[in-house]
Amino acid sequence: MKDLFAFENVNVTIDDTKVLGDVTLGIPSGHLTLVAGASGSGKTSLLRLCNRLDVPTAGTVRFRGADLDDLDPLALRRRVGMVFQQPVLFGGTVADNLRVAAPEATQDQLTAALAGVELGTEFLERIGDDLSGGEAQRVCLARALLCRPEVLLMDEPTAALHPAARRALETTVQALQSDGKVDVIWVTHDMDQISRMADHLVVLAEGDVLYAGPPGSAEAEAALATLAEEVG
Amino acid sequence: MGQGDVDALGLVTSLLLIGVALAVSLGQQLRLEKQLIWATLRAFAQLIVMGIVLAWLLEPGRSVLYSWVWVVGMVVFAAWTVRNRAPEVPALFPIALAALTASMVVTMGVIFGLGIFPMEARAIVPLGGMMIGNSLGSTVLAARRTADELTDKRPEVEARLALGHSSTQAGRPYVREAIKTALTPRIESAKAAGLVFLPGAMTGLILAGVDPIDAVLVQAAIMYLILGTAATTSVVIGLGSLSRLFTTDHRLRRLVRKS
Repeated sequence: MKDLFAFENVNVTIDDTKVLGDVTLGIPSGHLTLVAGASGSGKTSLLRLCNRLDVPTAGTVRFRGADLDDLDPLALRRRVGMVFQQPVLFGGTVADNLRVAAPEATQDQLTAALAGVELGTEFLERIGDDLSGGEAQRVCLARALLCRPEVLLMDEPTAALHPAARRALETTVQALQSDGKVDVIWVTHDMDQISRMADHLVVLAEGDVLYAGPPGSAEAEAALATLAEEVG
Repeated sequence: MGQGDVDALGLVTSLLLIGVALAVSLGQQLRLEKQLIWATLRAFAQLIVMGIVLAWLLEPGRSVLYSWVWVVGMVVFAAWTVRNRAPEVPALFPIALAALTASMVVTMGVIFGLGIFPMEARAIVPLGGMMIGNSLGSTVLAARRTADELTDKRPEVEARLALGHSSTQAGRPYVREAIKTALTPRIESAKAAGLVFLPGAMTGLILAGVDPIDAVLVQAAIMYLILGTAATTSVVIGLGSLSRLFTTDHRLRRLVRKS
């Protein structure tokens, strides 16, 4: 079975600084993959390569076996959704925000999208600026899901949330993944989150892969111990 | 003085307010003195050169071709200025040159085609300068604001791209704001014409003894052309900057804000 994403000798350099160095890595489909690393380890850069918001300086990134260079980036991004670290809401109501992803969506479809992230219909008319961080991030998730992606890229989506909202979002995304609706790649440096969520693990340090594979092995624990030291 | 002559004393007197501005800048530590002095000296030098060139162009028997060459020079310099004011936008010069040239061709075509002014050196150079000068500010602002908006709103733009929007779709709300900002001074100026200030061409014609109603009609035509030129070039530059700030595969380029 082809990997969901395959990185072949991928390098990313920005202003002569190494961000990712010769990364060769496979991320399997059917998993919730946690990409863990300290600040500056290259985990967000790795994620941004997956939907082509960035391109590698050298090397190849493949999605289900196809070279990303050969895929239409707009179609790719609808297949590979992304939720960012800070919730990004545009002006207007929640309904307006959802329609940015699906302009033709009916009221029922919008309601269903909110229900999928455990928000009630009453949120549709709420103004984006009035939402809490957790609610805003759920709206962002609902918006991404309206594109019916095969994969969700989650870039430290709970970093700005309080613990209760953090756990709630984790549970929602875990449910989506275990229902087989989407594959998930979740970037984090939260050690507790890694132990709660990962069923596949990638650990990065200074642009290099320390570990890639299932969690729980001695090798995985060693990589996580190194990470724990780095993040304090 | 009564015939529009200004002697050395008059010129020095006109600098009085500049002196006040310098004093305020020094007193409030605004650090604008250098820029004010430089702008004052540079404007004076440029106007003196312009006067010498105009005197040469207006000599009896001189071909109007030289005036057109001067106008072409102004267009090229204006396009270069736009490029320098928004250095983070790659390859902006050809877009600015094309937009300003097209606007100039249309406006000068209207002015001389409809016989608003005779096609003489005394009309070509000042009117060309008026068109370019008035649209330059809006054009520079459109390029700068587009780059600034996309830099400031990068997370929003990338959130739109991540939803599968094309670069044009993702950037449109921000370039719209940029163009609106760029055109606001021109639109406000048009709205205030006659109420708050009397525009230059009209004032000049009235001072030269032309009937005020005729002067107003000429001014109205010029103002419409200026507004049209500023709007057209700003839109072209805004959209052109937008296309230059994204890659062909719909990624927002890394933008470094230039001071």
